[in-house]
Amino acid sequence: MKANLRIGYIPLIDATPILVAVDHGFAEAEGLDVEIVREVSWSNVRDKLNLGLFDAAHMLAPLPMASSLGIGHVKVPLIVPFTLALNGNAITVSPALYAELSHVVDGDLTDPRVSSRALHRVVADRKARGVPLVNFGMTFPFSNHNYQLRFWMSAGGVDPDEDVQMVVLPPPYMVDSLTSGHVDCFCVGAPWNSVAVDNGVGHILHFGRDIVRRMSEKVLAVRDNWAGDNPDTLSALIRALAKAAAYAEDPAHLGAVCESIGRRIGATPEIISRTLKGVLKVTADGQTRSSDEYILLERRGANRPDKAHAAWMYADMVRWRQAPLTDDLRLVAENTFRPDLYDHALGHPPSLDVIDPLDRVGAFYGPDFVASGIAGHLEAWHLRHNGRPRLHVVR
Amino acid sequence: MPESRKGPDAATQPQGGAQGGLRDSSLKIIIVDESPIRAAILEDGLREAGFVQVQRIDETRNLLARIYALDPDVILIDLENPSRDVLEQMFQMSRIVKRPIAMFVDHSDAASIQASVDAGVSAYIVGNLQKDRIKTILDLCISRFNAFSRLQCELDEAKGALAERKIIDRAKGILMKAKGLTEEQAYALMRKTAMNENKKIAEIAQSVITAAELFK
Repeated sequence: MKANLRIGYIPLIDATPILVAVDHGFAEAEGLDVEIVREVSWSNVRDKLNLGLFDAAHMLAPLPMASSLGIGHVKVPLIVPFTLALNGNAITVSPALYAELSHVVDGDLTDPRVSSRALHRVVADRKARGVPLVNFGMTFPFSNHNYQLRFWMSAGGVDPDEDVQMVVLPPPYMVDSLTSGHVDCFCVGAPWNSVAVDNGVGHILHFGRDIVRRMSEKVLAVRDNWAGDNPDTLSALIRALAKAAAYAEDPAHLGAVCESIGRRIGATPEIISRTLKGVLKVTADGQTRSSDEYILLERRGANRPDKAHAAWMYADMVRWRQAPLTDDLRLVAENTFRPDLYDHALGHPPSLDVIDPLDRVGAFYGPDFVASGIAGHLEAWHLRHNGRPRLHVVR
Repeated sequence: MPESRKGPDAATQPQGGAQGGLRDSSLKIIIVDESPIRAAILEDGLREAGFVQVQRIDETRNLLARIYALDPDVILIDLENPSRDVLEQMFQMSRIVKRPIAMFVDHSDAASIQASVDAGVSAYIVGNLQKDRIKTILDLCISRFNAFSRLQCELDEAKGALAERKIIDRAKGILMKAKGLTEEQAYALMRKTAMNENKKIAEIAQSVITAAELFK
């Protein structure tokens, strides 16, 4: 069995299962010697995994699918044998945009149906007054940050490609960009929303789970052929990650985990503790909101790769013209997620657990999600973009 | 090259219009690098190779807007730069982008991708530029980036050696004063101890300094 592994990661709280597996001895207990390599961009993580410089990587959940489909980049089949975190994002707005939204709102702003309608009014009002468009920051074209912002605003009638500006920003630049007014709003993972609130420059408007209740956020990705060549190593890694994720979420270890994660990602243990507990300060003056599913590292079957999530993200790619809609491509996307490898490593029988929400996704509008019915969903979501995809699929 | 023949894409390359040198030298190249020294080294290299339109962006705020304003043919970015993800967005923007952009990657050229990732640089090409035409630029980038890393290593080593020298001198002073030794004797004592304990002289010197501070 290959015992030495190099794993790339971006310093974010949802890398916790990898970091805890290394720092708290779970990888070693499985006979693995893991070197973790901190990276500065998702492009670097993807390229180094694709080239074989990494054995495995912490990745945005849609990215391995994009790589397997060959969209946006070189086609390298990647697979997902383990989900590192469900949820964990938030949408944060500047105090100025929050004031604009409050001014035109017709209900409770914490309800995304209400806030997306308010956003539509703000966007229309800015257009009428000739004021610059609202700018939105997100982390990568193939990310749930991109998809969740788009899903939210389009529910209120805002066209993300025409009515506003979407810009990619590296997570460490998010807070600065909100402060300087380069963006009015962003969607990013922890800890950056809390950092903006603590700095007095942001107001957390929604948790990611308010938009989509249950969604794979970050995953462990490996090359398909690597998985084939190193089945025992992969199983050992999955076991180490599963134990680490459970350990990290046990309240008894909260203090120790927050300390070690804080050192790795450069955030205070206090902010990490808020995130893991799901009790977030949402305004500078100290109002809090909590959800026990703000981020899920292991609880509620978080780690088992979910093909329904793969199909959902593929539907996002189609909706926003990153990929064409065909059954073949949907199957490639779904088969990137490998619950069978997860079950095999842990010696579980295939899971028959009922998942809440029943459609396994729980979007805040539209009919319950059905993977085989993406065409119908596109209609139901009032897809305005039905032109040709902008990206080529490498076959 | 006054006698240059008209190339097939002369219409899109009005200044050049020739095969090879002159046409490539008119390519507009942008370097995005937060290390000003490395960017300067790269820019010099490109200019020496005959590329006259080279510009540097060292401030990554509003990067896309800056790039669109300059409208380059080739973008070079260092891999330590988090803004690489910003460039990835250019592959799919419909509204602002004037010409299609692609990363210089190719199934056929894994070796050159590997070399560029090893060196820490990545190249993006704009428009319908032939991939072999960027090869010269990328090769040059790789060699300059590698040269920069070597320089950096040598500089770090020189700095380390200087720091060690200072520590050893301080420890010598302490021993001379405490034990009434000459400079040579103090050095010989540390060298002997280092050999006996299988350590570097600088490590022994550091222990002497630490001990002296504790005894203060």
